[in-house]
Parts: sequence; C-alpha cells; structure tokens
Amino acid sequence: MGDMQIKMQPKQYDAVIVGSGAGGGMAAYVLANAGLKVCLLEAGPNYDPAIHSAQLKNPWESPRRGASTKFRPFGDFDGCYWGWSVDGEPYTHAEGDKWEWWRARMVGGRTNHWGRISLRFGPRDFKRKSIDGLGDDWPIGYEDIKPYYDKIDQLIGVFGTNEGLPNDPDGIFLPPPKPRLHEMFVKKAATGMGVPVIPSRLSILTKQLPNNKDRNCIFCGQCGRSCKYYGDFSSSSVLIKPAALTGNLDLITNAMAREVLTNKDGLATGVSYVDKNDLQEYQVNGRVVILAASACESARLLLNSKSQRHPNGLANSSNVVGKYLHDSTGAALGGVLPELFDRKRYNEDGVGGMHVYSPWWLDNKKLDFPRGYHIEYWGGMQQPAYGFGFGMEGMNGKYAVHGKTKEAGGYGASLKEDVRFFYGASVGMAGRGEGIARADNLCEIDPNVVDKYGIPVLRFNTKWSDYEIKQAKHMKETFKEIMHNMGAVITWGGDDNEKNNYGLANPGNIIHEAGTVRMGNDPKTSALNKWSQAHDCKNVFCVDGGQFVSQADKNITWTILALSMRASEYIVDEMKKQNL
Amino acid sequence: MDRRKSIKALLIGTAASGVFVEACKTADKKVTDASTVSPFLGEDRMQEEKDNYTKVTATTFFTEHEMKTIALLSDIIIPKDAISGSATEAKVPDFIEFIVKDMPSNQTPLRGGLRWLDMQCLHRYNHSFKDCTQQQQLEIVNEIAYPKKAKPEMAQGVAFFNKMRDLVVTGFYTSEMGVKDLGYMGNVPNQWNGVPDDVLKQYGLSYTEKELKECVSFDKA
Repeated sequence: MGDMQIKMQPKQYDAVIVGSGAGGGMAAYVLANAGLKVCLLEAGPNYDPAIHSAQLKNPWESPRRGASTKFRPFGDFDGCYWGWSVDGEPYTHAEGDKWEWWRARMVGGRTNHWGRISLRFGPRDFKRKSIDGLGDDWPIGYEDIKPYYDKIDQLIGVFGTNEGLPNDPDGIFLPPPKPRLHEMFVKKAATGMGVPVIPSRLSILTKQLPNNKDRNCIFCGQCGRSCKYYGDFSSSSVLIKPAALTGNLDLITNAMAREVLTNKDGLATGVSYVDKNDLQEYQVNGRVVILAASACESARLLLNSKSQRHPNGLANSSNVVGKYLHDSTGAALGGVLPELFDRKRYNEDGVGGMHVYSPWWLDNKKLDFPRGYHIEYWGGMQQPAYGFGFGMEGMNGKYAVHGKTKEAGGYGASLKEDVRFFYGASVGMAGRGEGIARADNLCEIDPNVVDKYGIPVLRFNTKWSDYEIKQAKHMKETFKEIMHNMGAVITWGGDDNEKNNYGLANPGNIIHEAGTVRMGNDPKTSALNKWSQAHDCKNVFCVDGGQFVSQADKNITWTILALSMRASEYIVDEMKKQNL
Repeated sequence: MDRRKSIKALLIGTAASGVFVEACKTADKKVTDASTVSPFLGEDRMQEEKDNYTKVTATTFFTEHEMKTIALLSDIIIPKDAISGSATEAKVPDFIEFIVKDMPSNQTPLRGGLRWLDMQCLHRYNHSFKDCTQQQQLEIVNEIAYPKKAKPEMAQGVAFFNKMRDLVVTGFYTSEMGVKDLGYMGNVPNQWNGVPDDVLKQYGLSYTEKELKECVSFDKA
C-alpha cells in the first residue's frame, strides 16, 4: 500500500444511512421520497432479486444440491450472502457465551431471505414492566405506532385475517392462502386442545396491491431465495429500488463503516468507511447520520466512535449501548404423519412459509415463566434438496410400506419404493418467544481483536435465564401434545430435557437480535429518545433492532419498518423546522 | 412484471471481473464431460462463491478404482426399475465426488469405508469388491445393509453403507430423474387454490365456511 489518505466524498448529503435492510431501506425510501439527498452505505455487494435470486432453480442446478456452505448457511439457493461467519470479520465470546451472530452482507440485508412473518406488536408488548415487573416499558405505546403499521401494510402488503385478538392487533390485510393438508391436521389437533390456529401474517402478495401492479406472488414457496417477481417484501426490491429511482439516493456498496464522525460541538458530521473493493478510506458527510447496520453492528459502530465529547462512544453517556441484547427464544421438534404416507401428488408449494400459525394464547399468571411464544408449522411435499432421504434405515423398518413390514435399511427397488412412500409425510413446529432484555446480556468491544479492516470487533457475553428455559420446556410439552393429538410420530427434538435446556436454541440463533441501542425517556438509562434519536447527539438516529426495549413474541421486522418510518418522518419534519 | 431499471445502473462504482469470465470458461468445459455437476457461476453467486467453486472443482479426490466401486454400490442402492433409471444414469457418482470435496468431513469415512469393503472381499473372495462376482458383491452388501440384523463385527461396514445409502438416495432424488420419480410437482409459477377436492375427500376433511370466505381463491382454468 502506498501513502494512505482519507478520501472525502465531495457531496454534502442530508442523510447518511448505514445499512440497507428493513430499517435502512425504509429510512432511504422515506427520505429520498421527501426530496432529501441521501447516501446509503452497504457493507456488501449490490443485490436485486430480479437479477440475483436463485428462484425456480432445480436441486440439480446446484452441484451440492442445495446444501449449505459458509457463504449460504441456509442452503445454496438461499437469498442471503454470508451468515454465521464472514471471512475476515471475526467476533469473539466471553467465557461461557454461546451467542450466534448472523450477518448478511448485501443490499437489502437479511430481508432478502427472511421468513416474511409480519406481526404487529400488541398494546401489552410496549408495557411489559407495568404488567410483570420485568425489563422496562417502552417510551411509546401501540397508539403511537399503529398509524405506521397501517401505512406499511398498505405500502408493502401483508396477508392475514382480522381476528380481534387483544394483543395481536388487526391490520390491513390481503387474503391469506388456504391451509395445506398437513396444516389442516395441525389445526384440528391444536384447536382441539385449546391452542388457536389462525391464518399466518406474511408480507407476501396473495393479491396485487391496489396501487402497485408491478409485484406478483407466483406461489412457488421460495420466498427464502428472494423473489424475482417482487411478490414479497425485501428491502432491496420494495424500498431501495424505488428510493433509487427518485434520483435522490446514492447507494455505495462494499462500504464497511468504521466510525461516526463528530465535530467539536459533539454533533455528527458524517461517516468514515473502508471501501472493500479498493481498500481505500473514505468519508461521507451528512446533516444526520442514521444507523441501521443491525442491532449489534450499530452498537459496535457507536462504541467505536469515541471522541473528546463522546469518550465512552457515541450516544453512550448512559453506558447502555451494547447492553440489553436479546434474541427470540426458539425450540422445535418434528416427525412424520403416517396418515400422509403414500399420498397423492399435487403442487403444494403455496407461499414461502406457513399458511397458518398459533399466536400466544395463555395467561402468564397461571404459568411459571413470563411472556409468551407463537408457534410456526411446516411439512408436506417440498422440493427435495441435499439431505433428502437421509436416514431411511430409521424409517423403513418402523412403518409398514404398502402393508408390508420390512427389515430396516436395505437397498434396491424396494428402497426406491420406500422413498416414494414416505415422501411428503413430514411435519414440524417451532416456538418463537420473548426473552427478557437484561443489562448483563451484552456485546462490547473486544480490547484485543480487530477485523481485516482494523476495526475493533464485538465480544459477546450472554446467557439464558430460567425464564427462557422454562418457556422452552413449555414449548416442547405443547408440541408433543399437538403431535400426539394429530397422530404424528416424533422423530427428532422429542428427547430434550433439563440437561440441554429443553432444546432451547443458543442466543442469537433465531436471528432476531435487538435491544443494544434502546430507546427510553431517561437519558441515564437509554441511548435513544422515543423518536429513535440519540439523547446525546441530536443528529444521530438508530432505526434497526437496536432501538427495541423488548421484542415481544413477534418477529421484529414489521416493527423495525414502522419505527424507521416514524423516525424518518420525524427527521423530515425536524429538518423543515430547522431543528436538524 | 416490470423489471424497471437495475439497481446496478444506479450504483456508484461497480467492479467488473475478468476472473469471473475465465472461471466460467473453465467450468463450461468440465460440464460437457462430466455433466451432473453444473457450473454454479451465474448471476446469483457472489464472487467468493465463484472462487470457491473453481477451487473445489480443480482437484480430483477419488481414484479410478474407488470411483468404479462407488458406481457399483450406487446402482445396487438405486437400480433401474419400472419408474426411473439407476443412480449411475443420474450421475450420482459425480455428485459424490463433488460433495466429498465440498464437505471434506466425508472424505475419510468414504475412503476408509471403501477400503474396509475391499479388505473384507479380499479375505473372503480373493478380489477387491469391484472384481467380485455380482453374487459375491450382494453377499457382502447383505451383511452391512441391514443395521438391526447385522453382526456386531460388521458395524464399521454398516456405518459405511448407511452413509453411502444417504448420499446415493439424496444424490438420486435431487437429480432431474429422481425428482420426476418422486412426483414433486412444484417449482413452477402457480396459483395456490387449496388442497384438491378429491384429496380432501380422501382424508374426510373440508375447509370451514370462514376459511372459504376469507382465503384467496382463483378461478380454475
């Protein structure tokens, strides 16, 4: 390398946004459409599902038949670049920590492959401390965010049904798809034991949006690959592309943010980043800086942005940045439904994901753990991929095939008959619940380790408490009962016990991390105010999962979108009033 | 559908790559000879994956002797029948050669298992597996193909055969021939209209009034 210098991008922007997922994409969309000049930094390459998706590929088109790699931990066709590891970008663990950190590096981030489960938080989800004394209340309530949920439902599209449930609010829904065969079995069994099963709520266009004819669902069941037809929500296709078409957005890809820059008054002036292509250092300036790099990356960026005015890192006089890190709880099991053996073939793809789910249905006063979980279901005649047909010796000795009991294992024409016989009979379910956000679950800067760009990395220090473990135990008991009631046989996940926390997934594994830059009314105990704006630095905002006080038993994306839209409209207003 | 303008055109700075073009050429050649391992170098792969594909496919792992044995075992596990062809017709051995390079943890169990099998055959029949008669081959396979009734001293062979069965079944049923055999009918643009009526009837199920009212339905063509 020759003499190093920092190159200044000459353009003065109204806003510099770091990260192009749900939070950053929405901020870019709102601000660019409001006529502001926006610069969006993304640490990965460009990605447009219409060009880059592996949708409708057949399994044999992947040499590994869809198996995962470190580049695509969810399989070779999955629509996410990187995941549990990124070459040259390590993170570390404090002793005993098992945090698993998923990082997408691409335009649109994780929204290219996410589950599209689009649940509003309910009124109770913002006031949990008032209800059970744990954690903290949000500085806002459902009434503050409802108008934004409404707008997002209409802008992006989500299917579901209005059920009038007290803590799973109604929305502006497209019609849901009819349940699949195994889902009808699930519904019958679960409903019979008091577990409600209702149409799922996914941001997939079962019908065209009234004001947007460019997007269509083709019912291929492959939302995880990202959609060439823009039939579901990805930030890349639904937010960033239209934002770019306004002419007000400059998207800089392969730009790894290093630091938020501040002036002598302590206000942010822009962001410094390293360009991953030419490895040169750059600075880009803006009137406001909006962080949306993911809960942990945004915390990392703030903690790495130390200055005389912000010696503890930016927006961190409260010392809460990095703390209160929490992920959804998760546990799963699965098996086979013998009634579905030798089933008739038809195209069962449907939408990408479950057509029905179970929202939380119980009263915690009668339980030994706080907070709840929802249940997701899967099964049926899916596209075969690597791993299909593994372990036939565990199946074909156990169940009679066409009335004939065989010796387990085997080979030949008889084995082919078995594979066809068992195909499409699998069924499984998983709980996704709310853990308690605690100050001692955290990420912090590792004093000894930097990534390949010289940026200090995060060290994680997290642990589940009894609350989450007891919740996982309850999940497993519920799932076993549902499986039993539907006449299914559990083939995995049924043997968990106290020795493995009842199969509770490691923290981070569910990929719903939140809480590290939380909002609150008190600047001593929160980093942001109720507008997602830093208490310590009025022109810095954080619009990703970092700002969450608690994350409910709902997947957090729809709320990230609503909060980001709310913060972005606030920024536009404040700029008009010359306050920013 | 309106593809509109690509985001790419709106980017500040894009990196063209000569390496990618070269990699494509090399891989195309390979596919003409070997065929099932498609080059995975299209628009949907990121550069690191393209580099990795080139690296993984640059070497050969199994010897000719091992590949012949794998082919024989593959067709014992998945032979041609009335519905579909055999594992070698679906090029399953090529898939196995690729997958052990892509997932190196498979290399020792497979190489060692093949040698274990050859040594058993050598002691019994004075030939390696591939040079035994078909009857001898089936005789030894029968001793390792049924985990529950296999003799304890054959346990290593059982573990090897289980792994071979897994890879051959998965390789075959993810091939074009195998997917057709299985009758998987998806992966095409569609409109989901619910479970077909005759299937509902077969299982004694029906959609509720509420479901029929609130769910999306499409006119049947």
